[in-house]
Amino acid sequence: MDLRDTPQEAEFRVEVRSWIEENLPDELRGHRGGAARFEGEALRAWSLALSEAGYPGLTWPAEYGGRGAPYSFQAIFYEEIARSEAPPHVGVIGLGMAGPTIMAHGTEAQKERYLAKILSAEEIWCQGFSEPNAGSDLAAVQTSVTLAADGTHFVVSGQKVWSSYAHIADFCILVGRGDPEAPRYQNLTYVIVDMHAPGVEVRPLRQITGEAEFNEIFFTDVQVPRENLLGEIGQGWQVAMTTLLHERATLGFALTTGLEVGVRKLLALARERGADDAAIRDRVAREWIELHALKFTNYRALTRLMQTGLPGPEGSGVKLHWSEQNQRLTKLALELHGSEAQLLDGESGGFWQFQQLRSRGNTIEAGTSEILRNIIAERVLGLPRSR
Amino acid sequence: MNFAFTEEQEQLRQEARSFLAGRDEPSWSELVELGWLGVSAPEQLGGAGLGFLEEAVLFEELGRALYAGPYFATVALALPALGDEQLAAVAAGKERWSAEIDGLVPDLASVDWVVTDEGAARAEGQELPTMDETRPLGRLATGERTPLAGSLDRPRALAATALEAVGIAQRALELGIEHATQRQQFGKPIGVYQAVSHKLADTYVETELARSLAYWAAWCVAERDEQAPVAAAAAKAYATEAAVAACERAIQVHGGIGFTWEHVLHRYYKRALWLEAFWGFPAEHRADVAAWALEGARDGVPVRIA
Repeated sequence: MDLRDTPQEAEFRVEVRSWIEENLPDELRGHRGGAARFEGEALRAWSLALSEAGYPGLTWPAEYGGRGAPYSFQAIFYEEIARSEAPPHVGVIGLGMAGPTIMAHGTEAQKERYLAKILSAEEIWCQGFSEPNAGSDLAAVQTSVTLAADGTHFVVSGQKVWSSYAHIADFCILVGRGDPEAPRYQNLTYVIVDMHAPGVEVRPLRQITGEAEFNEIFFTDVQVPRENLLGEIGQGWQVAMTTLLHERATLGFALTTGLEVGVRKLLALARERGADDAAIRDRVAREWIELHALKFTNYRALTRLMQTGLPGPEGSGVKLHWSEQNQRLTKLALELHGSEAQLLDGESGGFWQFQQLRSRGNTIEAGTSEILRNIIAERVLGLPRSR
Repeated sequence: MNFAFTEEQEQLRQEARSFLAGRDEPSWSELVELGWLGVSAPEQLGGAGLGFLEEAVLFEELGRALYAGPYFATVALALPALGDEQLAAVAAGKERWSAEIDGLVPDLASVDWVVTDEGAARAEGQELPTMDETRPLGRLATGERTPLAGSLDRPRALAATALEAVGIAQRALELGIEHATQRQQFGKPIGVYQAVSHKLADTYVETELARSLAYWAAWCVAERDEQAPVAAAAAKAYATEAAVAACERAIQVHGGIGFTWEHVLHRYYKRALWLEAFWGFPAEHRADVAAWALEGARDGVPVRIA
């Protein structure tokens, strides 16, 4: 056990920190998340600069254009991004989900075609999993992915929802029903869909914050070449599990570093506004303590990942706790504003008001808290299945 | 960065767990024989020359087994105050120690000596009725105090408290899982009901977070890191609260049987409450953490936010 950086890690941390200081434009510092994650030229330029510096895909194998670095480097990168309050790379779905899934299940031709452009930020990806009638229950998706009679292509028809980045995406990783007659978990097919193909229509969904981060995607007889199949027909469930495993393996760090920014801002606010009130101090301390609990839980998970190559069960717990803590944190911050909490042009420029509303999504997106508790109960604790 | 115990430390955990599972209440001489009283004492004093991380493993496992002897009192509280001769006597099983904290002495009747702010005292006084009967508190009689080589180390004691609390929480979780898997109602094991299983999932998450803070604090203590005071305060506050909540949820999941004297759960619950109250309730430690986080320093100890 040694919580200090190794000499290599320390060197990498210095490199990242000074690179960010030199390259991060002031206008992007302290971003508030939400739609700011993908809007504007400056953000694209920032993503491109990150790509050119070789920071996305740090842990990807060198043969796919990555650095082949240990996971601790990825963690350091996230920590330094959080420290400087820099926005994340615009290609997060490609980097965190599509890329690893293609590496695990893709053909050589698919790896050749897609991976480099994910790293370079030339092509943006979105995810087509959830549907209006299939949210938590992924195996119940209705979108059809039907192989044409001549076997040259699939025809995709249906509707997906809650797709971040879809309005700027070039490709979508889509799970649909390949065989309506097959039993559950053997009926899904996983394909890569060109978002510029005829029959694809994207409609932004305006949210509680007033912003449109998510989209509905309508697919009307969209032709998808057969070579865009990932895995086998009917094995979409297994491929989708790889995607979700990767989502949860690295998600903990990304989320916790975001929370770290929030706690730092909360401390600053409390110093200005309520630092002498014992009740407020108690609640501020709770946020600090639980941030560190999450952070060191990530470190334990990271060590296990580096030692065994497999993510442990901690990921679901970190996401669950993070989401509820983030909601609590934003409420505390607004409370510190007193009667001015409703004012959008107050001293924080609407930052906390936005966070309070946005945080309601945290316990729903990427696995609802109810589903995560089921996963923990059944897969980690070994309790009998509820379904 | 490596946040895992070594293979040897994990082996020690396995040995401790199987040793403690095999007997009702191990005797002091058995612990002495295992070398647990001399873990961190230098080899020339009859110890193993190891450190606080090895002791940390034992605090957690002894908590999980709800061990009732004065190991916590001796090793977690008194050790840093003792000189070489006393350390050798502890390692050899000849002396048992405790410490006077906030006017109260844990396990007063089962130790020989007590560390006080004024020096060492003979363990004479009155043991008081205590909620947790397995770890009674007592009041020292007035008497002679002889000087000590060292002094109490609060962060070290708080880290040990947090570690023991993690062991308690873990066992309460296991008991809850066992019951929810075996107990049938309406023709199904009650663990299929989410009102039951989600409580246990919450205990799991809190126990893991508490474990992370307790191990962080243990590492800071072992390495004499400057963050030790804030890490220990954070771990003590969070882990003891988590242990109390873990026991409360386990009692609820057990239903009526969990509320009986016959079932072991009430003893875990009382130990969790003991740990929560010892040397500052969580709110007191959060007040310290707030001072570190908001003012940047407390008692001259700086804090790194990230």
